Amino acid sequence: MSTFKQYSVLPGFNLALGFTLLYLSLVVLIPLSAAFIHSAKLTWPEFWSTVTAPRVVASYRLTFGASFAAAVVNTFFGLLVAWVLVRYPFPGKRLVDALIDLPFALPTSVAGITLTAIYAGNGWLGQYLEPLGIKVAFTPVGVFVALTFIGLPFVVRTVQPVLEDIEKELEEAAAMLGATRWQTFRYVIFPAVLPALTTGFALAFARAIGEYGSVIFIAGNIPMVSEITPLLIITKLEQYDYAGATAIAVVMLVISFILLLIINLLQWWVRHRSIKA
Amino acid sequence: MTAVPLLQTSPAPHKVVTQESPWARWTLILLALSFLSLFLLLPLVAVFFEALRKGWEVYLAAITEPDALAAIRLTLIAAAIAVPLNLIFGIAAAWAIAKFEFRGKSILTSLIDLPFSVSPVVAGLIYVLIFGLQGWIGPWLREHDLSIIFAVPGIVLATIFVTVPFIARELIPLMQAQGSEEEEAAIILGASGWQTLWYVTLPNIKWGLLYGTILCNARAMGEFGAVSVVSGHIRGLTNTLSLHVEILYNEYNFVAAFAVASLLALLALITLVLKTLVEAKVAQQTSRGNHS
Amino acid sequence: MTIEIHDLSKQFGSFTALNDINLKVNPGELLALLGPSGSGKTTLLRVIAGLETADSGQVLFNEEDSTDKHIRDRHVGFVFQHYALFRNMTIFENVAFGLRVRPRKQRPNAPEINHRVTELLQLVQLDWLADRYPHQLSGGQRQRIALARALAVEPSVLLLDEPFGALDAKVRKELRAWLRKLHDDMHITSVFVTHDQEEALEVADRIVVMNRGRIEQIGTPDEVYEKPANPFVYEFLGHVNLFHGRVHQGHAWIGDLEVDAPEYSEAEDLSAIAYVRPHDIEVDRTLNGEPALAAHIVHILAIGPVVRLELAGKDNQSTNSIYAEISKERFRELQLARGDQVFIKPRKLDLFPNHAQNGSIH
Repeated sequence: MSTFKQYSVLPGFNLALGFTLLYLSLVVLIPLSAAFIHSAKLTWPEFWSTVTAPRVVASYRLTFGASFAAAVVNTFFGLLVAWVLVRYPFPGKRLVDALIDLPFALPTSVAGITLTAIYAGNGWLGQYLEPLGIKVAFTPVGVFVALTFIGLPFVVRTVQPVLEDIEKELEEAAAMLGATRWQTFRYVIFPAVLPALTTGFALAFARAIGEYGSVIFIAGNIPMVSEITPLLIITKLEQYDYAGATAIAVVMLVISFILLLIINLLQWWVRHRSIKA
Repeated sequence: MTAVPLLQTSPAPHKVVTQESPWARWTLILLALSFLSLFLLLPLVAVFFEALRKGWEVYLAAITEPDALAAIRLTLIAAAIAVPLNLIFGIAAAWAIAKFEFRGKSILTSLIDLPFSVSPVVAGLIYVLIFGLQGWIGPWLREHDLSIIFAVPGIVLATIFVTVPFIARELIPLMQAQGSEEEEAAIILGASGWQTLWYVTLPNIKWGLLYGTILCNARAMGEFGAVSVVSGHIRGLTNTLSLHVEILYNEYNFVAAFAVASLLALLALITLVLKTLVEAKVAQQTSRGNHS
Repeated sequence: MTIEIHDLSKQFGSFTALNDINLKVNPGELLALLGPSGSGKTTLLRVIAGLETADSGQVLFNEEDSTDKHIRDRHVGFVFQHYALFRNMTIFENVAFGLRVRPRKQRPNAPEINHRVTELLQLVQLDWLADRYPHQLSGGQRQRIALARALAVEPSVLLLDEPFGALDAKVRKELRAWLRKLHDDMHITSVFVTHDQEEALEVADRIVVMNRGRIEQIGTPDEVYEKPANPFVYEFLGHVNLFHGRVHQGHAWIGDLEVDAPEYSEAEDLSAIAYVRPHDIEVDRTLNGEPALAAHIVHILAIGPVVRLELAGKDNQSTNSIYAEISKERFRELQLARGDQVFIKPRKLDLFPNHAQNGSIH
């Protein structure tokens, strides 16, 4: 017996693993490697000048900045929503709970045009915001709004189960030891949900960076101002600049992989915490 | 008040130490609901409102015109191919990962999640790099008069890519939680591998399977970014519903765009309802083992 | 069916689960594998079943090498610790499963299956539960269904992993007697794993005491209880008092107490451990001229016919408290109270000089 696999009486390991690896290779791994191999057609200086061109750098700044801001807002409100859903009874709670996943279920193009209709200068909310000097649609603020919508479920759904699992006894013990409600939250509850909160933040952030559909309608796509990085890839592709598109895609892939690694570590942290508790 | 009674005779409002004051409670609830109304409810209402802005007749006309019907058909085809393939993949991957101990298992588990962290645009691009005219096998495809990019196969491939993890990641934890004892018992009792899968494993994971399929289907029918890159936006030919929304919108045909969008929003609502119904069953299936 | 195990060893990484196991299970015997957790007893059972493979050694069924035989061809019945009933099937379907998955040619027809399953459900006295699902049954009922399911395929060997481990004390007691009776009726070669010495002593024909992947002793319940082969078996089976002393040329000393130890006539001033069961300790208020150990009473537990005394020795012959069990009559006769000074003397004791101390958990 090889040490690759532990003995088991259950059959089908070779078939199941073989099919899994074949499918994953054909659909995911080989195509992804194409991006890296293709980018090797550029020399290093060419690659570097492509991915650091001013317009590209401006798109990074917008993509990462707006994604970060959206993830921060989602972290705050996600914790609040999860808290309210877990702790307080109120009418229509089940409905609200189900609605949280809307951004997962709603196609991004639908989200994009709808948010635009709401925040455009003559839109549902835009018509009231514009006279106040707040322009949302076709500005970086619009990008932020779209990314907030897209990332909303992540924090709620990672924090919710952790909040549900916190033992009531812990809080009762804290209260009996004289802690105020705020102190209990600060020193007992918050540390317990912190790993999940961080994971939710990272998931929302990672999703926002790659987002395309919901953003392009509301962003206005003004070069140097409101143009996100995924859009630049498409622009280059439409100009048949495959090498340029690939170079930027490789940068995004590398960032995605790093984020994936961080998220895996965070999830390990969450599990580790909940086992210890 | 003249005297403070030592023992209160009338029942004082019961104060639970682990609860906030009603004032704080309602402030938090209100704050959370306002946020959700602004970001979830308002867009949802807006889709249907905008779609019906010019009345039912315009609405019906928009969703029954030939290009819209072609888009519906292509969306259904793409999902009908992508979902079953990912279903088989999900069962195979979960069987290998949840029922066996082998080296590199955690790496494989992360690899399955990989498509979730790749930008949809990049997902589309990589298929262009392989099958496009300047791609690896693009010239060969052209010689044989086959097209994948800017054609239906490309759309199906991109759809498969973005939906690969859905069913597998639902089944793996479920099957891990259920353990392998029932399967071992079946094998000892003389069942073959397929009999064990069919009579023991699949019934035990059916709700998780359905749950993953619902999520997978929603994404498969709604995917925009990846499909947009490989489609070429040929009306009536390579347009999915999601792409059709974009075309109509860019043509300033807002009512039609929202009408088609409302179909997708309806799909999203159905998905949420089914998901909520099935969720309870999945939880039951995870916990209601022999260990209760 | 005879099961023979030759030189069986298994490692999990650096952990030795089984270390050179040799064992013979006689036909129709009910054998207990007894040991603490991590002793390798469950691994041994799973290797016999074919659920695990050994690194080296053989498993023989009726003198036929079954080491590489697939589990399906071993004809074993296996009862899992947590029953592993198919949660999506009714009780009837669970018991019928082994018959229904047979290849078409060997498969009994529906009325035959029906008859056989009903018969088995009657045997385990649960035929009225046929249409229920496993989660609607109590732990004890599930255990009996698991047994019926294993018996349905007419196995030549029945293997049970901690069959009563997940049940509460009262149900355990009932099922023990029931399993003993069932085995006496069916006489199928059976091996069960347990960490509960009382369970092993009460149910099994023979007991295999295991520790750290090794067999410490094989014997009838009486043998292993009365003549433990080594300190480990002594300490694992029942309560025991441990004294430190010395052996020298056929005599042993524990404090002032001298006992004959003819089997150690060769010993030259060895340190030794002596084991005395609580009921083998005599308690008296006076010395009566015979050597004895002085102690005082720390605690008295006088519930039931036996009175349990916790004593503290005057010297350091015993590191822990000494426990003695005396009858209620004797207790009344002596009029003992907490704090009283008494003298104790072992009626029977077993000596283990230090060089023979292998396997002790101290």
